[in-house]
Amino acid sequence: MADPVSTTLPTDAVAQPVSSAPLSPLRLAVRRFRKHRMAMFGLGLLILLLLYISLGVLLSRGYCAPLKQEVSGEAWANCNDTGLKLQPPSAGHIFGTDVIGRDILARTIYGGQISVLIGISAAFVEVLLGAFIGALAAYYGGWVDNILMRFTEAMLTIPSLFLLIIGSHFFGNRLPAFNFLGRELAGGVVVIILIIGATSWMYLARIVRANVLSLRERDYVSAARALGASDSRIIFLHLLPNTIAPLIVSATLGVANAILSEAYVSFLGLGVQGATATWGNMLDGAYQYLETAPWLWFFPGTLILLTVLGINFVGDGLRDALDPYSTKHL
Amino acid sequence: MIQYVIRRLLLVFPVIIGVTFLTFAMLLATGDPTSAMAGEHASPALRAAIREELGLDDPLLVQYGRFVWRLLQGDLGRSIMTRSPVQSELKLFFPATIELALAAMFLAILVGIPLGILAGSRHNSFIDLGTTFGALIGVSMPIFWLGLMLLWLFGLKLNWFPTTGRIGADVQLQTITNLYIVDSIITGNIPALTSALRYITLPALALATIPTAFIARMTRSAMIDILGMDYIRTARAKGLVERLVVTKHAFKNALLPVVTVVGLQTGSLLAGAILTETIFAWPGMGRWIVNAIVARNFPVVQIGVLVFALIFIAVNLLVDISYGWLDPRVRYD
Repeated sequence: MADPVSTTLPTDAVAQPVSSAPLSPLRLAVRRFRKHRMAMFGLGLLILLLLYISLGVLLSRGYCAPLKQEVSGEAWANCNDTGLKLQPPSAGHIFGTDVIGRDILARTIYGGQISVLIGISAAFVEVLLGAFIGALAAYYGGWVDNILMRFTEAMLTIPSLFLLIIGSHFFGNRLPAFNFLGRELAGGVVVIILIIGATSWMYLARIVRANVLSLRERDYVSAARALGASDSRIIFLHLLPNTIAPLIVSATLGVANAILSEAYVSFLGLGVQGATATWGNMLDGAYQYLETAPWLWFFPGTLILLTVLGINFVGDGLRDALDPYSTKHL
Repeated sequence: MIQYVIRRLLLVFPVIIGVTFLTFAMLLATGDPTSAMAGEHASPALRAAIREELGLDDPLLVQYGRFVWRLLQGDLGRSIMTRSPVQSELKLFFPATIELALAAMFLAILVGIPLGILAGSRHNSFIDLGTTFGALIGVSMPIFWLGLMLLWLFGLKLNWFPTTGRIGADVQLQTITNLYIVDSIITGNIPALTSALRYITLPALALATIPTAFIARMTRSAMIDILGMDYIRTARAKGLVERLVVTKHAFKNALLPVVTVVGLQTGSLLAGAILTETIFAWPGMGRWIVNAIVARNFPVVQIGVLVFALIFIAVNLLVDISYGWLDPRVRYD
């Protein structure tokens, strides 16, 4: 039931102290985060990496011999000059070239964009699933809770890498290529996002369930129910917003986890196929050139490490900053 | 206590049923295995014959029931590729993975717990900051990257350790448990022991990094929490030396969360084993299962995934039971 009174009352009550109090929870969190040295370091690292994968595009140009012309942008990243394959790092190709003569520097830039896209989207799917399943289980309890939680446990028990491999091997390249923000992306990108999201929501679901279990007995929830609020309204407007802290932390760490998962699957040769570069699929096959061409795996691998590191530093800082009982300043 | 263990064991069954059903259903959802067995261009008649033989046309629940019934009788099925019983392949690959995982976990506990105690008992010191920073790097480490670096640096460039396999080809070893380190100790075979240890060093190091980091982090934060408690102040006030305060009074109580982390890390250890085995050509279950997935070798995938899941369940069962031993206040009712 959409009662206008119930929509305005609680928001006003919350908004009032936020705007007037000198130290709102949000400000406190920001202050705690800024004092977290490692988190600020991680944030700096991430900003540098984002600049690399965005502004790096401007530097991506060169003479592509097979096309007999000067190319720029993604065309340069996909230009395979087989005459120049497996070149070690040099002035023309700072990170060297890969097995079919593509510039690795350019591919780490464009691949990084896809890896970050995969990371953020998969984390989004993870949070969506985790919050939904956890909230449903806790709110309805009884057999709904029982079935959902046993399912969660079973999913947790199987190493998720197996689920990922099975999923990406069998569903990996069934979707056609598509256009996203003016770029042609392999359909495997969407598949891998969905699969990573679908195999990583379990811990979050348990956290959300535990939070909602304690929240749903609070007086304000009873009040909302007495006002005639529907179940979905209570879950989405009253319960989930109050578990926002673990959701934010999980989403942040989920991005790192998704980038890693994509790399793991790709490393085993089962990731995104086709011309679309990701940091992960640049590693595919690099194993054969372990000794002869270490630049093949060193640069994308290092970028993955730095990104995951930055996100984990930030995630740690967020966890400390968003915990209202936290007194740690580090 | 006994009652608790029994009740906890009973709780395991729904999860096992869930896991068997998930692995079973997941594979059915992935398509027709007959093309993998008979080739892409097999005649429809041949495919039908294979489907008939494997009972793939029966209702889902009947197939699932038959799968579970065979499992209960100890029949794990046959590999579609090699036609040999899954059981005999399992006996070959399972010990290799267990040996690697145990070695990694041993390393992780050996390094992670002392580091965590040191860092936690000297909160905000140089060693604490170093450990925290190092642990975050360890947690973020892509295992394949670390594995490749170790392999490249210590295996190929410095030539300190062998790069692939479990034991030198020139070494004779009588196998009993198929855990090479254990076997060589039992038979008193020193050359085999040194060879096996040299071969396991790099993969175990690569696999141990992430659990080491998690254990060090958890030990540190548990120590910090506990060292701030009143009974620790009492212990110090009565003149106990700091070493005893830390090791006897604080650490024992910090163990509870640490043991939990060790249990949960088993899962990521098993997943990490898949990658580590690929990099170091370690003939274990990880590679066996990945190859089976690619070849649509369903019986192997089902059993392999099930075994991994059972290990995870068993370890966490042990963790739960150890709570009561570590902290007598934990009541099982």
